Amino acid sequence: MRPLRVRLALAVAGFGALAVLAVLTAPLVGSSSISLARVFDRSVPFADNPDAQIFFIARLPRTLAGALVGAMLASAGVVFQGLLRNPLATPFTLGVSAGAALGAMLAITFGWSLAWLGIPVAPLASFAGSLLAVGVVYLLATARHRGLSTHVLLLAGVTMNAFFSALILFVQYFADFAETFRILRWLMGDLDISSYQPLVTALPLVVFSFAAFAWLARPLNLLNLGAEAAETRGLDVLRAQRVAFLSASLATGAAVSVGGPIGFIGIVVPHLVRLLVGADHRVVLPASALFGAAFLIGCDAIARTIMAPLELPVGVITALIGGPFFLWLLVRRA
Amino acid sequence: MLRAADVEFGYGETPVVRGVSLDVPADGFVGIIGPNGSGKTTLLRLLAGTRQPRRGALTLDGVPLATLSRAALARRMAVVPQETQLAFEYTVLEVVLMGRYVHLGAFEVEGPRDLEIARRSLAATGTLDFQHRPFATLSGGEKQRVVIAAALAQISAVERSDTEPAILLLDEPTAALDLRYQLETAALLADLHRSHALSVVVSTHDLNFAASLCRTVVMLKDGQVLASGGVDDVLTPALVGRLYGVEVDVSRHPQSGHLTVVPLRRMTGARP
Repeated sequence: MRPLRVRLALAVAGFGALAVLAVLTAPLVGSSSISLARVFDRSVPFADNPDAQIFFIARLPRTLAGALVGAMLASAGVVFQGLLRNPLATPFTLGVSAGAALGAMLAITFGWSLAWLGIPVAPLASFAGSLLAVGVVYLLATARHRGLSTHVLLLAGVTMNAFFSALILFVQYFADFAETFRILRWLMGDLDISSYQPLVTALPLVVFSFAAFAWLARPLNLLNLGAEAAETRGLDVLRAQRVAFLSASLATGAAVSVGGPIGFIGIVVPHLVRLLVGADHRVVLPASALFGAAFLIGCDAIARTIMAPLELPVGVITALIGGPFFLWLLVRRA
Repeated sequence: MLRAADVEFGYGETPVVRGVSLDVPADGFVGIIGPNGSGKTTLLRLLAGTRQPRRGALTLDGVPLATLSRAALARRMAVVPQETQLAFEYTVLEVVLMGRYVHLGAFEVEGPRDLEIARRSLAATGTLDFQHRPFATLSGGEKQRVVIAAALAQISAVERSDTEPAILLLDEPTAALDLRYQLETAALLADLHRSHALSVVVSTHDLNFAASLCRTVVMLKDGQVLASGGVDDVLTPALVGRLYGVEVDVSRHPQSGHLTVVPLRRMTGARP
């Protein structure tokens, strides 16, 4: 096996190239074809240049949203999996995405989206929702000394998803009719944001959680030995667990506030990445973030073209890929 | 010297360990023996500082364990748990390099020196050959030795002065092993104790394993010390009989040279 630095460099170069390729090509794909030459043709004013408008207003923000959301959900999945020592844990399966969705919905429906003291409320409400859901997982995980079994984990996730879905439906009754359609699409996981604003508002949360993830990589390796063994290796386990729960909630909150509760990214991406780069979180985390970005952009490109001129919510595509993948993992583990 | 003085601990209301005192001197080899549920693992946790006693004191060279940071403790003391299972496919070398955690800064990567220490630890436990294999594919005995290697990498003598000898705590190291691996583990521990100047604390219910290795033995029964002292003074038919509620014969084995305990029959009338 090659030294860590080499593996990290190879993984970042490989998956990074994939992500860059995805960001560059995805805006060119869609129901109406555009040419790059005309997009960047300065002789035509922006208002009279439909190619530039489609590129910069419709597709580029959407692609960047895919990159951001994919990276966040994939790496939050890695963190939850390392923390709970279970490869089936993800923001979606734990019910954390649903909690975040409830928070964001409350903010949107009751008009809290207006900046409060200059702080955007939707991502924060989304973070609060995911924190609530994570709190329940945390209680379950710490109440049992031997850690969470897969059964308890999955059942708790199903229960939380059902519970939060009920609350989301309840809140939806307060939304007006036109808004309901948009909300429904968003709940299926949709990257159609048509402006850069949601990305900018989520950015502080993104930066903060990635900083925490970078610090977490090595503690997550040790946590794999079990909390007690990690402690005797010199890790401050409680602090590592708290940082992990908080930052993964933050990342989930940011991702869901932009793209809705898109499922299965957190399971498909880290799993494929581990097959290629091994288990060390110092490689798995950055590689999953980059591959997650490329993967979600790719899924979104499919969602935009498969029924053209209709555009599907990207969550439909990720679920169609991720559902069978998840079942396959379950069968293989059993 | 690691010292427990009159410690008490319980997970709920009822104490699991009561009034236990125990010394682990600098070159000691201490066995903690007793039936299942007698509090051996709990006592090891107290010694490792992962649990705080309700009463009594735990000190390392006179300093209370509770005042030492996890990192400071980990530089002096390593623990080999009964069983190690990983959720992901780490290689053997990666598992041993995790032992270097406490010696690296937050974002520091293991360097050539850490690799050298890890390889030496693998060699010392006879596991260098499968350094690149996934940990999960090893047998129970092989895993055990790899985890011991990780512990060695953690408390490697390079970072310590001679006045701060390291301590290795092992919880039931032979419980899951067959006869051959039991012998190998015993030989390995004896060798590490001698050549690495480690003090070793080992919990076990295997009296012959304890007799072959330990200098001093602590007998735990229902969380209390039934007897403690040199192996020859503690492993007597009377004490072992009281510990397990069985009649035993204890004799020095002519070939192995250490005490051997042979169970004869259950004691009638006496409940263990």
